[in-house]
Parts: sequence; structure tokens; C-alpha cells
Amino acid sequence: MPLTATAYETEIQPTAGPRIEHRQPVATLTGVTKRYGSALALDRLNLSLRPGEIVALLGPNGAGKSTAIKLLLGLSSPTSGSVRVFGSDPRNAATRTRVGAMLQVSRITEMIKVREHLDLFRSYYPRPLPVSDIVRIAQLQGIEDRLFGQLSGGQKQRVLFALALCGNPDLIFLDEPTVGMDIEARRGLWAEIRVLSALGKTVLLTTHYLEEADALADRIIVINKGRVISEGTPAEIKRSSGGRRIRCHTALSHELLQSLPTVTSVESSGEATIVTAIHAEKVVREMLLRDETLSGLEIASPALEDAFLALTKT
Amino acid sequence: MSTAAILHPTTTNSVRIYRKEARYEFVKLLRTRSFSLATIGFPVMFYVLFGIVNKHSYEGGVHIAKYMLAGYACFGLIGSALFGIGVGLSSDLAAGWLELKRSSPMPVAAYLFAKCAAAVAFGLIIVSILTLIGISFGDVHLSPSELFKMLGLTIVGSICFASMGLLIALLVPANAAPGIINLIYLPMSYLSGLWVPIQFMPRWLQHFAPVLPTYHLSQLMLSIFHYGDSMSLITHWNALIGFTLLMLGISSLIFHRKEQNA
Repeated sequence: MPLTATAYETEIQPTAGPRIEHRQPVATLTGVTKRYGSALALDRLNLSLRPGEIVALLGPNGAGKSTAIKLLLGLSSPTSGSVRVFGSDPRNAATRTRVGAMLQVSRITEMIKVREHLDLFRSYYPRPLPVSDIVRIAQLQGIEDRLFGQLSGGQKQRVLFALALCGNPDLIFLDEPTVGMDIEARRGLWAEIRVLSALGKTVLLTTHYLEEADALADRIIVINKGRVISEGTPAEIKRSSGGRRIRCHTALSHELLQSLPTVTSVESSGEATIVTAIHAEKVVREMLLRDETLSGLEIASPALEDAFLALTKT
Repeated sequence: MSTAAILHPTTTNSVRIYRKEARYEFVKLLRTRSFSLATIGFPVMFYVLFGIVNKHSYEGGVHIAKYMLAGYACFGLIGSALFGIGVGLSSDLAAGWLELKRSSPMPVAAYLFAKCAAAVAFGLIIVSILTLIGISFGDVHLSPSELFKMLGLTIVGSICFASMGLLIALLVPANAAPGIINLIYLPMSYLSGLWVPIQFMPRWLQHFAPVLPTYHLSQLMLSIFHYGDSMSLITHWNALIGFTLLMLGISSLIFHRKEQNA
């Protein structure tokens, strides 16, 4: 895999070379509201993608993730607010030549070979990636001449990923890209997504796998009920759930622990006491000073999953 | 194609998109056995059963095998247009495949062109096979100009019924599309006299024919052999064109309403 990545990088250099709008956001949603009848899908949502970053859009079902992607792809228009991609309307044909998308598609034309699907999609773009590069990046070696309908679920996902790359886009949307893939295939795709980012491509992905967002994203945007409820690096998102968890046996009272700086919660779990604090080191130092009998000390970062649940809890 | 490439070296070559889109649509239909075998097989089977067996029958100067060639040619080309577009487009819509294509720079017109071109190609294949069978086994004699007019009308007819397929695809859910199409296609073919010459049917059934687009297409086809009814050709043409414009108009209204609700 590293070999693939290097080979690809050298080949792609000339086209990826000049990048003028380096600091400008690649795509923005500004104060976007989207209604479907009486249902509010997005509520004054702001979102901005910077060049070269991988952003994960996280949220429970119905949070508005797919709606946001559809707006950015120009497949639907906002009720109010503005959508800009590369500084212009996403529905412009010129804008679309710089964007690639992998959407949740239940079935694509099954009686067409993988190679033929790539050939057709490449013809839509002015400067498509060479087929050999697409095949290598999406790991389609050996299945190019199979009909799409004969592929396994994971292989189908990789073909859809390949279709998103056909035009050598600067901005790629991946809607639940690893659904139906096994662990190994999923990690393979993660590596390829990182290669894209290293080439200066901007990636926006939605996912149900928190592990995936944690492993891939430079930035996570948590949305719920059409609004951004939290935004930051995976580490920041974890911290915003109330800090790290200190577990120990201590004689100190709950009242006293609660009064220590940055402590957000104190609870008992059997014999042990669990203290959640944003500055865990300071709290632990204080606890050790005050209680010489303190034992069984453990400090853990919350999993992203806990942070996510805490953020989207209503 | 080469001119376009020279004029716009960095932009997409849209002629190439139209060509590839049409080619793969045709290849897809050809490989989808349930489509290609049924749309070619049924008219061929029916024509052999009801047309070829009448190779020596004449009814007041009308050669029945030749008369029925016109009917089954229409039956075949209408079937391929309705199923190819009605079923194909509605399942592309339901699966989200069209949406993915639309997020790319592909012009929607290229997609519709490809569907229509594939329907025309299948129509031509079906009509050519039926004609070949008629000439070889049915004692049917066709002048080159008759053959030429038949193929021309096949192209026109395929486009007309492609517009009906388009409307069905926009209205009917994908899993119901084949059933609904059969429900429209089979009775309409029968009542228009595509299977059995209309004058052999009960009188009260014959009254339905003039309101059906299939009837007007079949009368235009029959008029090539001078077997048409007493209605003027202009009336048949007007009916067929009016029907097509109606289908396209309603389709465009529905499409734009869907677009706004997207």
C-alpha cells in the first residue's frame, strides 16, 4: 500500500500543482435552512471546509448530514441561506468538474462491467484520472472485468469510491463510505482517503462509525436536528464531553471532590469513586495531597462514542 | 468529435458523453436477458404463431401475414420503449443512481438521449428480425421503399413511446413499474389491433381504438402497405405527435416539481 501511495503521488503532481485559493474555504454553507414541507432538516447551519482537510460530519439518523451533502452537491437548493463551492454555485457544470461524490446508492447498473463504469464516468470530466490510477487507489485490481452485479458488498463500495475519483476532483464527498465493508477493507479505504488528503484534496465524509471519524478526520462536526452542536479535532470533541475520567479508591467526600477545580461530576461505582474533570492532572495532584490512602488510581480518556452520546443526548 | 476536441481542449467533450452513455445503455439492455429476450422474443413468437401461419391467407386483397407484420412491428417497438425506459429509469431513480450521476457534470440530456437511443436501437432490431422472418417464411414481399419507411416509422414510434415510458417512470414506484406497464401495454395493444386485425374483433371493442396512440402508430405502419383505415394520415400523425407532446409536457411538469421538492 505505501508503494501505491508513492507512485500515485508522483504521477499526480503536475495536475495537483497550482493551487491558487489556498486559504479560501473550498466549500461553505452559510446560515442554511432547509425545510421539507413542515419538517426542518437544517436550521441556520454554518459549515466551512478548508483546503486539504478531512472533515467528518457526525450525527444520529435524521440529523441532516445527507441533506447538507445534497446541498453542497447542488442536488437540492436551500430554503434560505447560501451554498458556495469553489466560490460559485454548486449547480454550475464547471464547479461539478472539480467535485466527486460517493453517495448511498442502493443499486447501480448491474450489467455493466467495472471497467465500463469507470470509462463512462471518466468521460464526464475534462481531466480525468488515468484508469490505472483509479484501479490502484480503489483497489479494484482483478475485478475490472466483472459485472457490477457480481461483486460483493465491499467491492461494490470500492467501485462507488472509484467513481468519486474518476474526475480527479479537488473536493470529495463520501456519504457513509465504508458501509458493508469488513474491518480490513475499511482500513484499506481509510489509508486511501488519507492519500487523497495528502494530495491536497478536501474530503467531507459522513459516518456512523465513530472510530472512523476518530481515525480519519482532522476536524469533526457534530450535528443534531439540523444544527452544529460541536466542532473541533477528535481530541477537542472528546474533551468537550466533560473531560477525562479518574477512577480510584478514596476516603475523600463527594462534596469535597465536587469542589475541586474543573471537576464536572463525581459518582460512586461499587467501592470506587469516579471523578470526571477537564484538567485531570491538577485534580489528581490535589487528591493525592489530601488523601494518603488513595489507591487503585486509573485515568482514562472518554471514548469518542461517549462524547458523541453526551453531545447528541436530548 | 474531433472538431469539438480541438475547439475546447480542456472542457469535456459532450459528443463523447452522449455516445458513451448511449452505448452503455444499449449494452446494459442487451445483457439484461429478462429485457432483451422478452422484448425480442414475444413479438417474434406471436408473429410466428399468428402471422406466419396465415402466409396463404388473403382477405379482400390484404395479405394477412404482411398485415400482421405491421401490427407486431408496432407491438415490439412499443414494448422495448415502454420497458426499457419505464422500468430502467424508475429503478435508476429509486436506487439513487440517477442522483449520483446528476452530481457529476453529466448533462441530464445525455442520460435521456441514451435511454431514447437504446429504445430506438432495440425497436430497429425487433422490426428487422420480424421483417426478415416475414420475408423468409411468411411469403411477405416488401419493396425497398416500404422497408425504408417501416424503419423510419420505427424510429419515430420508439421516440413517441419512449416519452410515455418517461412519464410512467416518473409516476410509478420502481417495483410496481413492470406490472403497471403490462397493465397498460397489453390491453392497449390488443384494442388497437396489433395482435389480431381490428376488423376481426367484436364491433363494440373496435370503438376504443381511435383514442389509443398505439392505434394511430399501427395505422401509419399499415398505410405503408396501403392497408390503412379510412381516416386521413394527417389525423394519425396529429394524434401521435399530440400524444408525445402531452407525455413530454406532463413529464417535464412532474420533473420540475420533484426538483423543487428535492
